[in-house]
Order: sequence, then structure tokens, then C-alpha cells
Amino acid sequence: MNDRIKELRDASIAAVPKISMERATLLTEFYQNGVAEGNSVPVARAKAFAYLMDKKTVWIGENELIVGERGPAPKETPTYPEICTHTLEDFEILHNREKISFQAGEDVKQVQKETIIPVWQNRSMRKRIMDAMDDAWLEAFDAGVFTEFMEQRAPGHTVLDDKIYRKGMRDFIREINDSIDRLDFENDPDAFARREQLTAMKIAAGALIRFAQRYADYAEKLLQKEKNQDRQKELQEIASVCRRVPEHAPETFHEALQYYWFVHLGVITELNTWDSFNPGRLDRHLLPFYRKGIDDGSLTEEVARELLQAFWIKFNNQPAPPKVGVTAQESNTYTDFCLINLGGVDEKGENAVNEMTYMILDVIEEMRLLQPSSMVQISKVNPDHYLHRALKIVKTGYGQPSIFNTDAIVQEMLRQGKTFEDARNGGASGCVETGAFGKESYILTGYFNLVKVLEITLNNGVDPRSDKKIGLESGNPASFTSFDELYGAFEKQLHYFVDVKLKGNRIIERLWATVLPAPFLSILVDDCIARGKDYNDGGARYNTSYVQGVGLGSITDSLSAINHHVFTEKSVTLESLQNALLANFEGTECLRILLKEKTPRYGNDDDRADTITQRVFESYFAAVDGRPNTKGGHYRINLLPTTVHVYFGSVVGATPDGRKAYTPLSEGISPVQGTDRKGPTAVIRSAAKIDHLRTGGTLLNQKFTPQILETEDGIRKVGQLVRTYFKMDGHHIQFNVIDAETLKEAQKHPENYRDLIVRVAGYSDYFVDLGEDLQNEIIRRTEHADF
Amino acid sequence: MTTTGLLFDIKKFAIHDGPGIRTTVFVSGCPLTCWWCHNPECQIENGSNGENLVQRKTVSEIIKEVERDIPFYDESGGGVTFSGGEPMLQLPFLTELLLECRKRGIHTAVDTSGYAEERDFSAILENVDMFLYDLKLMDDELHQKTTGVSNKKILSNLEFLAEQGANVRIRIPLIPDITDTNENLEAIGTYLLTLKRRFPADLLPFNIFYKSKYDRLKLDNRLKNMETQSPQRIVDIRETLASSGLDVFV
Repeated sequence: MNDRIKELRDASIAAVPKISMERATLLTEFYQNGVAEGNSVPVARAKAFAYLMDKKTVWIGENELIVGERGPAPKETPTYPEICTHTLEDFEILHNREKISFQAGEDVKQVQKETIIPVWQNRSMRKRIMDAMDDAWLEAFDAGVFTEFMEQRAPGHTVLDDKIYRKGMRDFIREINDSIDRLDFENDPDAFARREQLTAMKIAAGALIRFAQRYADYAEKLLQKEKNQDRQKELQEIASVCRRVPEHAPETFHEALQYYWFVHLGVITELNTWDSFNPGRLDRHLLPFYRKGIDDGSLTEEVARELLQAFWIKFNNQPAPPKVGVTAQESNTYTDFCLINLGGVDEKGENAVNEMTYMILDVIEEMRLLQPSSMVQISKVNPDHYLHRALKIVKTGYGQPSIFNTDAIVQEMLRQGKTFEDARNGGASGCVETGAFGKESYILTGYFNLVKVLEITLNNGVDPRSDKKIGLESGNPASFTSFDELYGAFEKQLHYFVDVKLKGNRIIERLWATVLPAPFLSILVDDCIARGKDYNDGGARYNTSYVQGVGLGSITDSLSAINHHVFTEKSVTLESLQNALLANFEGTECLRILLKEKTPRYGNDDDRADTITQRVFESYFAAVDGRPNTKGGHYRINLLPTTVHVYFGSVVGATPDGRKAYTPLSEGISPVQGTDRKGPTAVIRSAAKIDHLRTGGTLLNQKFTPQILETEDGIRKVGQLVRTYFKMDGHHIQFNVIDAETLKEAQKHPENYRDLIVRVAGYSDYFVDLGEDLQNEIIRRTEHADF
Repeated sequence: MTTTGLLFDIKKFAIHDGPGIRTTVFVSGCPLTCWWCHNPECQIENGSNGENLVQRKTVSEIIKEVERDIPFYDESGGGVTFSGGEPMLQLPFLTELLLECRKRGIHTAVDTSGYAEERDFSAILENVDMFLYDLKLMDDELHQKTTGVSNKKILSNLEFLAEQGANVRIRIPLIPDITDTNENLEAIGTYLLTLKRRFPADLLPFNIFYKSKYDRLKLDNRLKNMETQSPQRIVDIRETLASSGLDVFV
């Protein structure tokens, strides 16, 4: 990277995350000055959005090329009190905690106390949701059976398609006017509601144009004071770009990137949408602008690269907005899950890898920023060269890009009833979620703790942590005479808690649709304009709601332990096992070792365990899939945890697989940590036994030491491993290349790293089995691995 | 399918034992006692804590395990490698395994010391896709001293395989000051050029990582103070052998 990018990158990394009260103050001001009165909810929301975009600080950093910030300056992060209102204690903790902190000084706390809390505390969406939930929901929520995504952040989970590269906001306004003209007040009972919604979208589109004009004005103002002639030219260029986009469709590479960035800021200012919006298939969107610029001589490869790098840095300036009800220990992240998609196929199913794909991969490798995240879509029609290029970045141990199976993603969407074209133009976002970009609202509604359900089953409906009865009386487990009987009880509880969750979801969906519509986001997602319906109210072409199952490895191993030791080997009774679990194996360490070491486990291509995985998958699928949501779409499942397997573990006592109380569960569809002892092909075989094509995404993590990717041959073989998994319809795989720090950790806590294989020059062994001097030798080699 | 044999491990995602992604079946027992043996557990039946290191398995059990990874073999051009120990020592067992793999279209490699009867090689030849054939020392006296056996049979079997047109990759373990001397490597190079077929050769640089096995098994390790070769030395060795007209890989 050149000096400018290096400075911008350093500044972004060094910027300290702070709480900014600007958005909260402006929003409160807007609702208090009475302008909103007399307006419908969507129009009032649109006017509030316009007020924010017209008033918030504009900021252009020294030598910046792509401009625009969400807060008053990089990493100054707004709050969204209409969704959830932070307490002063929240700010205190955020300010003081060691990790993922946000500065919140006395001035900030004073504004929160005097202006924000009094207005919003009792009107926030979070308050409304909690007030609307029944006891069954609240008890299950408090017990950690499930989480609720929409109590702190807005329904987002959507990604942009190519429409903004073809249309300016003026064009969208024209479409909105056409849609209003077509309203049929004589026959359509919703015509008035549609008109309000469309009017709101029009206001929001105008607001984004004005926001960009303010940036143009500011760039011109800076230009007056600028002494350096080169920078003067750049500021002139910035001003003219901001005058053109987003009002008009972009014509240059620079305009395309700047347009997207203004749209991004609009979406994340309007609401704190989950899984922050992102441009999706960026290599495809940018290609025409790149080729045109190169062909007519207005763009060089160097300039394109620099603009992309500058664009990357803008993402890194926007930490995920902090949650309320935070704790000091909580593991959290600044990442807002913008997942840029590369490669895959075009709408005809043909290879979409192009020269921009490789340039963006270079940018990812060089920038090494926390945000944005990146992924490569790998279709059977994509070249190996591209897969190998991605693996070479993976080798550097940066955890990116993650690797997705385009052909599975397309089939997942077809099963859900999407068209070929929409499916092929889609991809994955957030962690691993499948979506039709620009056409779908694919909401994650909450994680579902499969292991907690088993714990409640083993206690006949009681949560042993609180001693409260929160589930069904599914029978005293001591009386069960077969595994099937136990499994039947588990399945009953599973259905019960899914019902509780979905009942809550349906209420929450209506609250968002009626209280906090998203007129700006609605402009961007088909067919909100055509239908005159809000994004939060089923305006999108496809409306999918997910409940994300967590702990597939842990639930399999726990059920497998019961099946194997209680019902097959009969080496322990269910009653004494249950007593041991309640006592957290206090005094029964021998039993714990037996369960831990001698249970057939998921991740080893062992059918004794994997048939149970399939059974749990089918039960969970049957409980959720195909049930209607309130937006014309359906509930679906996916299997991913983000970091919730830690929280979910913290509410679950000891489990039959020998896991101690309150320790983390397995994550995604990965095996329980350290229990896959037969290498990656066995893990992949186990993982492929569930039907990925009936999910909206699964997450599989694999650990490797860098040595395995050291040679071209190693890269090729890992590539073949990926291709084989994808041939078996696997959805996603991520390789975490182990660094020296992790190896040191493994040396200290070998029990957690028993699956870690180190391979060196034709000889391989489990790391934890090596002598200390040899472990140290590998650590040294890993530290010195030359990337 | 009911023939049984002794083995000490089945390793999946083996990526250094032949082409592609492979499953390596390590059989027990070996007629050689190389000072630098990387798999000393093939020589013993019990570990230091008395645990049983050797498992007796039927052909059918092994095939069932090997079959599981067929999709990986197909994708990568991989297959199964029979290693050890010395797989030729359990000939009826090996023969049946090879036949069952052939029926299933699974690519096979036999990793051998070459120390067996010529008729044994002749018996399995048609069902082996590739031999990984160790060539350690040309000086027979030194060979006897460090491996416990003469190299005569090993050389004559290699000549036999060359005559039969078998697919062979030569594996040369580079043991400092024993096999990696210029004298020995030159002799190996000259010898390989006299064979009826030109076989490619892999150099296996000495690595110290197997030492932990000796510690774990509480075995006496003769080479415990030996250091690994410098990367430059490996490059030099490769170039020397390659310049004589051989295909040499590291």
C-alpha cells in the first residue's frame, strides 16, 4: 500500500471507539419539536431520518478519498435509544471494561441522563417487546433456552444487489412516484397505508441526496483552505463525485464506491440493523466501471486499488453499536459482520470470477483489517487458481476469507422457492446466512440452545439452575427404558420451546412493522417500492425468518453418551448419571472420564454418533421449517453460533458427554472442542451427513497449523478437501490457521486441544502428545513461519 | 474379507504418502531395525504403560474404514497407502486388501523397505498402483550395521520391479552422516541410472520430530542428539542427484 493508505489505515486502527450522543440527541430533538405530529408512523420515521442526515456532522479526514462517517468522526459510534436505551451503568461498564470498550465520559452520561433516558426509556422497542412477551417466553429467555435478536437491534440481514450501480436516487424517486400513481384506492384496502409508506421512501431518498451535497459543500470549503495542489485536485474530485452520486447513477469506479458508501451510511444511520448491510458481490458490481475506466484511460490499476483500499478503511471506522445490559466479562466484538462476497456464478450459472476478484483478494490480504469481513464463493465452475489464491490468504492466519459453496447456496434458495436468477445472484452474509441479495429480508430471530432443552428433559421440565419448571412434564427420566423413550421426551420439549419462540417472534415482527419501519432500507430491497410495503413489514420479495440451532456437537455427544453407556453398554443407570450431572461430577470423576473418553462422538465419521446428529437435525428441522411468519414468508433453520455457544454453555450444567457445568458448548456444526481425533476428512464426512441444503447456512470451523499450507502441494490438497466437502453439499468451511500463541495455550491446557495435529516433513502427530521440547520447537517454527 | 492382520494405526488425510489425499494403513512388524525408524511402534506390541499398540483387524473392517474417504480420493487423485512396518511381511493379508481396493477402484500404494521375497512382489504386482520403495544405503556393510539386514534382496527386488515395468517412487531417507554422505548419494544415483526404468526419487530430510515417540514409548533412541540438515544442504543434495539425470523431489 502507498503512504496515504498506510496513514489512513494506521489512523483507523488507532482511532478509539467512543459513544457519540449526536444521533440520539438529534432524534430526540426531532420528536420533541413537534414536526412528527400528525404524520403517519412511516412518514414520521422518514422525516426523522431526513433530520439526522441534514444535521449530523460531516467529516472528511486528511487525504481521504472515499468520504462519509456514521458518527461525527471515525469510530464515534451512535446509540439508537428508540430501539434500546442504555443505562448509565451500561456506559460506565463500556467505558471501563478492558475489551471492546467505548469511551463514554461524564458529558456523554449527562446527556443520556438528562435528555435521552427520560424520553426513551419507557418507549424503546426493547421495552415494548419485553412488555409484550408472556411468562413462558420470558422464563425460557431468562433460562437461556433461546436469545432474541430484535430486542436490541433492528431487522437487517440483507445485502445489496446491483441496483444502485444502475440507478440514482432520482430514478428511485421516479419509481416511487410511479408506484403511488398506480395505487388503486377504489379496490385496494391498503392503498392509504401504501401511499404513506411510499411517501416515506421518497422523503428518505431525498435525504440521502442532500447528505451527499453537504459533503460536496464541505469538500469545497476545505478546498478553499488547502495549499497543496494535488490535494486541491482530489478535493475537487470528491466534491464533484458527491454532487453526482447518489443523486444519479454512477459512471466511474470512484463514483460507484462513493455511492455505495453513502447508501451504507444511510442504512446504518436509519436503524442499527443486524449484520450490517454490505455491497455483496462487489467484484461483479465494480467490474464494468473498472473495465470502462481502463479502456478509456480515465482509470489505472493503481488508482482502482487505492480507491478500494480507501473504501476498505471506511468499514473499519464503524464498530458495531454497543449493546445494552452489557457485562464487563462479556465476550463481544467490534465486528459488524459486513461480509463481502467474491466469485461464485452469474445469473446464467457461469463462472463469475474476474480480474476484480483477484484485485479485491489482494486488497483483503494487504489491508488485514477487522472490517469488512470477506468470503469467497466457490462454485464447481470456479477455477482452482482462485480457490488457491484464497487459501494463500487463509495461510497468513488472519481468519479470512471464509469459504462458501455457491452450488449449495443456490440449491438452498431454490428449495425455499426462489428463482434461479435471484438464487445465483445471491450469496451468504453475516456469518454464513444464505440470501437473495437485494431481494430478501432474511432475519435471524435468535439462537436456540439444543443442549439446554436436553437438560430440561433430563429434569422433567425443570431448569436445574433456577429450580423453576419452565418446560413440559415429559416424564421422569429414571423411568425410561429405552433411548427412544428418552429421545421422544426430548423431541416433545424441543417442539414446545420452538412454539414458545415462534409465538414471541410473531409479536415482535408486528411491533417492528408498525412501530419502527425502515423507509430508507425499503428503497434498496425489491419489491418494497412495487408493493408499497416496508422492509420490516414483508415488502421484500422474499421474507425468511431463521431460528439458529446451537450446539449440534454437544447435543449429539450427550445423547450418544446416554445411548451408549446407559442403554447399550448398561455401564451406568440414567438415574446415577443424572445425579452425577447435578453434582457436576463432584466425586464421580471416573464416570466423567469414561463418558469423555469412551463415548462415540460426532466428528469422527462414526455412524453410532452421526445417526444421532441426523436425528436431532431432522427433529429441529421438523419443528421449525415451513411455519409461516407474519410477513408472507416462512421460518427456516440454520446452524451457526457466532459466540453464543459460550453464553449458552454458561447456563447449562454438566452434560452426559463429560462436559463440566457452565463451560462452552460446541460451536456451529463443528465437533466438541478437541474430540475429533480422526482428522479433517472424518470431520467433513460427519458434517456432511446432515442435509445442508435444507438449511439457510451452517458453520464449520477447522484448525490447521500453517505448515500444512506451506507448499503448493499442501495448498492443493487443502483445496481438494474443500472441493470434496462441497461436492457433499457442505455449505461453508473456515480454516483457522493456528498461531504460536494458540500453540502455547495448547501447551498449557492440552485437554482443550487434543485434536490439534501438527504436520512436519512427512511426519505428523497430535501436538499435545509431543514432548515439551518438541512442542517448543514447533512453536518457534510457527512464530518464524515466513508468510 | 475375513483374513486378519496386525496394524498399529490408520491415518486419514495422509498427504505425504503418495499422490492426493490418502488413508495410510500402518501394519505391524518389520524385518529391519533401522536406527532412525520413524515408526518404532511397529516393532513392539505394548506401550510403556502396557497398553496394547497392535490391533488385529479383518480385511473387511479395514476396507470399510478406507472406503469412507473415497470422495476425497476421487477429488484429489488419492487412495490408500499400506505402510508400516513392512506390509510385505503379512502377504496374504496385504494381497486381499489390494484386491478389495482394486474391486472398488481405490488407488493403492505399498510403502516398502523392499526386504521380501521376489515371488511375493510378483504375487501382488498386478494389484498395486504404486510402490513407495525405500533405498537407504548402497554399502552393504553399513546397511547391515544400521538396519540389521543386508541390502542384496532390496536391490534385486528393485531390479525385478524395474524389469516388470512397475510404477515405483524411490524414497531416500537422509540420515545425517549415515545415508546423506556424498559417497552414498552418488552410489544411489549411479545405481538408479542402471535400472531398466527411470524411477523418480523423493528425498526425506531428517527431522527430529519423531523423537517424542521414542520418549513416549520409553525406547532407546540412538540418534537423539542428531540435528536436522540445513535447507541449503537439502538443496545441494537434490541438485547433485538431479544433475545426474534423475527426477528428484523434496
